[in-house]
Amino acid sequence: MSAHQAQNAPAPDGGHGHGSRRGYVIGFLLSAVLTAIPFWLVMSGVLADRQITAILVIALALVQIVVHTYFFLHVNPRAEGGWTLMALIFTVVIVTIVIAGSLWIMYHLNNNMMPMSGDMAGM
Amino acid sequence: MTEAPTAAADAAPPIFYQTEADENDHSSGGTMLGFWIYLMSDALIFATLFATYGVLSTSYAGGPAPRQIFELPLVALNTAMLLISSITCGMAMIAMEEGKARTTQIWLAITGLFGAAFVGIELYEFATLIGEGASPLRSAFLSAFFTLVGTHGLHVTVGLVWIVVMLVQVGQRGLIEDNKRRLMCLSMFWHLLDVVWIGVFTFVYLLGVVR
Repeated sequence: MSAHQAQNAPAPDGGHGHGSRRGYVIGFLLSAVLTAIPFWLVMSGVLADRQITAILVIALALVQIVVHTYFFLHVNPRAEGGWTLMALIFTVVIVTIVIAGSLWIMYHLNNNMMPMSGDMAGM
Repeated sequence: MTEAPTAAADAAPPIFYQTEADENDHSSGGTMLGFWIYLMSDALIFATLFATYGVLSTSYAGGPAPRQIFELPLVALNTAMLLISSITCGMAMIAMEEGKARTTQIWLAITGLFGAAFVGIELYEFATLIGEGASPLRSAFLSAFFTLVGTHGLHVTVGLVWIVVMLVQVGQRGLIEDNKRRLMCLSMFWHLLDVVWIGVFTFVYLLGVVR
């Protein structure tokens, strides 16, 4: 199997890839920019609207996670015959369910369980 | 290995298991995928901690809010340390691929120094917070904060121990296949911690201050 793989994948990255110097530098520069922008946005407070600032910061973080995963962790459809990507997608789905689900449930629980102002007045 | 089975089937001795060396042309094979799946389980631990923080992050119990206690310049410095350690770790991997043991060690040591700086800054931050009365006991928000950020810091510390072990191992045995496999796992571990930190500085620090 290994000989077969070696013949089919003569790419420098092989089956699982360790990246090239160029790949690491590109990844580093991208992530440096993607880190500097959100810190600048929040620390200088250029945008008056907090909602827009928050959305931009989250969007930049998501882009940076993709950059790290591709350039540093070398996850791509070819690595390990696609299994690292499959495991990653599975994990992303579970992570999303855990985080979004918890926030959703607890937000509604808080809204429904907290004493309302009307209840307080009657007490 | 006993004599009896080989005598019985001399032409084709049965193979009950294969050692890694047989199966792999290049230092990894199943190990890398297995380690990746371990890392994904680690990501799930962090997901539960992020979810907990998300739920509790506004429960101040009359204590300080994020805006009052977080120092973004310090966090930016911390983030820079981890980001730089990421590329030096990459350089160590490239040196390893080129078979340069000494260069690999140097890059690894630099990675370890930046990692140690990260942990040092974080401990300073924790000490300052606790000194100001913002300890994990103060509110649910602070409990969740210390648990999430502390767990990440603990992972980085374990990574530092791993780096020291690899420095010794490469020093003693050079870049043998086993050490290459270990170094590649270490590299994946280190980069994943960087990915988790993106989540921490975004959702805990930046959004905490914006809120």
